[in-house]
Amino acid sequence: MVAAVLALGIVALVVIAGGYDIGRAATALWSGSAGSAYSFFSGTLLRATPLIIVGLSVAIAFQAGVLNIGAEGQLLAGATATIAVGLAAAHWPGWISIPIELVAGMAAGAVWAGIAAILKRRFGVLEVISTLMLNFVALYGVSYLVHGPLQEPTHTYPLTPPLAESARLPMIVPGQQLHVGFIAAVALAIGAWWFIRSTAGGFRIRLVGAGVAAAASAGRVRVERVVFAAFLASGAIAGLGGAVQVTGVTGRLFEGISPGYGYTAIAVALLARLNPLAVIVAGIFFGALEAGGAGMQRDAGVPAGFVTVIEALVILGVLAVDRARILASDRHQPIAGEQAA
Amino acid sequence: MSSGPVAAFLESGVRFATPLAYAALGELVVERAGVINIGLEGAIICGAFGGLVFASGGVALGFAGAALAGTLVAALFAFFVITLRTDQILTGTAMSMLGLGLTGTLYRTMYGIGGASLHTPTIAPFAVPGLSAIPVLGPALFNQPVVTYALYAIVPALAWWFYRTASGLALRAVGEHPEAARGAGISPDRVQWVAILFGGAMGGIGGGTLVLAQVGTFAENMSAGRGFIAIAIVVLGRWTPFGVAGAALVFGAASALQTLAQTTGWAMPYQLPLAFPYVLTLVLLASSRARTAAPAALGQMQR
Repeated sequence: MVAAVLALGIVALVVIAGGYDIGRAATALWSGSAGSAYSFFSGTLLRATPLIIVGLSVAIAFQAGVLNIGAEGQLLAGATATIAVGLAAAHWPGWISIPIELVAGMAAGAVWAGIAAILKRRFGVLEVISTLMLNFVALYGVSYLVHGPLQEPTHTYPLTPPLAESARLPMIVPGQQLHVGFIAAVALAIGAWWFIRSTAGGFRIRLVGAGVAAAASAGRVRVERVVFAAFLASGAIAGLGGAVQVTGVTGRLFEGISPGYGYTAIAVALLARLNPLAVIVAGIFFGALEAGGAGMQRDAGVPAGFVTVIEALVILGVLAVDRARILASDRHQPIAGEQAA
Repeated sequence: MSSGPVAAFLESGVRFATPLAYAALGELVVERAGVINIGLEGAIICGAFGGLVFASGGVALGFAGAALAGTLVAALFAFFVITLRTDQILTGTAMSMLGLGLTGTLYRTMYGIGGASLHTPTIAPFAVPGLSAIPVLGPALFNQPVVTYALYAIVPALAWWFYRTASGLALRAVGEHPEAARGAGISPDRVQWVAILFGGAMGGIGGGTLVLAQVGTFAENMSAGRGFIAIAIVVLGRWTPFGVAGAALVFGAASALQTLAQTTGWAMPYQLPLAFPYVLTLVLLASSRARTAAPAALGQMQR
């Protein structure tokens, strides 16, 4: 809540400092994100959907102490597998093709994360560097595929052909662009929250995230295995984010399919203090900011780049506040500390 | 001067490598002090923007502005990571986003949407008499802007500093074993602060090179992931100055190969040479040689 007020304050400051009309900007921010049913459902919630899913991916990895900053690449891998399977399954009924698409996306995301997970487990490679490298490999992989094997038949645009209507996610409300992926995202968040909070597996993840020594001393927690599993789960969820984006929004694969969801998701997860339920709120908050930001650029001429500035400041703010708390309580807490946002 | 396709390829490879080498050499110093600055991208794009803003006073002032902008971004990073002791990776990610968002916003605010027509003076390549006439390699190494030549001095100077001076030893000691360094009377915090500021200035110059020696104008997101490439280059160069310079050339050659493939219409997909250095870095990371080359305390937060 404090963070939200702070972020809005920063928005106001940036707008005023830039010499823009604050009244017009505020109106545009409101009308672009929540001023009408359309802007709320087809703007805010639609943009929040991938942020919630990928935010969960980041939150689960960070809970286990895995610094997976490769959600972007895992999302791209997921989106690619989804399209490949979806195009092949064009003539199948939706109740078969859609689940297969989503599973393919999750599998591809897990495989992409799995490369870094194996490098970490077998060779001790820092996942920060490996996942970053894999983001770029994925980016160029997508670029190659949409210019080559998966390009649309006329070979004019760097796009894949569109998915068949039956292979796309249905809409929640007729006339709106919000698809059932949003419901899936919320359900996934609730499931992840329950898992982390109430199951032995979730307990192990929190234990490992709290520190390897603590986990080992708490009795036979196989740290490496927990880290590996959390890494793969994180990749699968990021892959699902790509699958949902492709089947719910774009219907095609192209190079710019993710405007940095994997990085914004880090801000989402941190703002939510890695709590899956809070990820829903943080995802909607950033979704509103992006939808409203688009409105502000359109109506008040405020550059869209400032949304990225706010995301960055949210990360820095959360990090600073956490450090202040640790210093105040003067005891060790992991960055994966679980607190209500 | 005869310039066959090979000479042209080498020449553009060195050109692509120049900004990468600046950023990577800066990151090398930072990592040798035990810190990963994943926010280097932010320093590069702010350097590019600083170069644009200050270029009205001439190219030299532009480079000073680029270095200053990169240093400022790095100072914010250092304040969080060293003084507040926040997580290096998350802080760095935020710095990249901050730099990209801030420059995009400022650019549009200061120059309007039509800012693309803005042009800055650029430094022309300077052909070194005699040396640039060497067949094949001459134009690549000795017909470049002065910023490239400066690297020929910076790389050996860094190597000398690392291995032959007391302050270089202090830097490496902090990166390998900060507690031992502290025992020897070195302040790890101070060493890391200075290293990060240096890294920011070098990243800023790298960004400035894009604007002031190559493109001649600014574009949003023009750093295009070079900050992350620089981090790969440091790994590929196995944390030594000459290794990093060589690795920068590998990435530069990959970019040149991509342009060559696109202009000559090769059957090879142009994404292949672009992705190759990243895969190479991953493979190298898995080898034990790379792991032992990494500073032992890299990325560890001090208590």
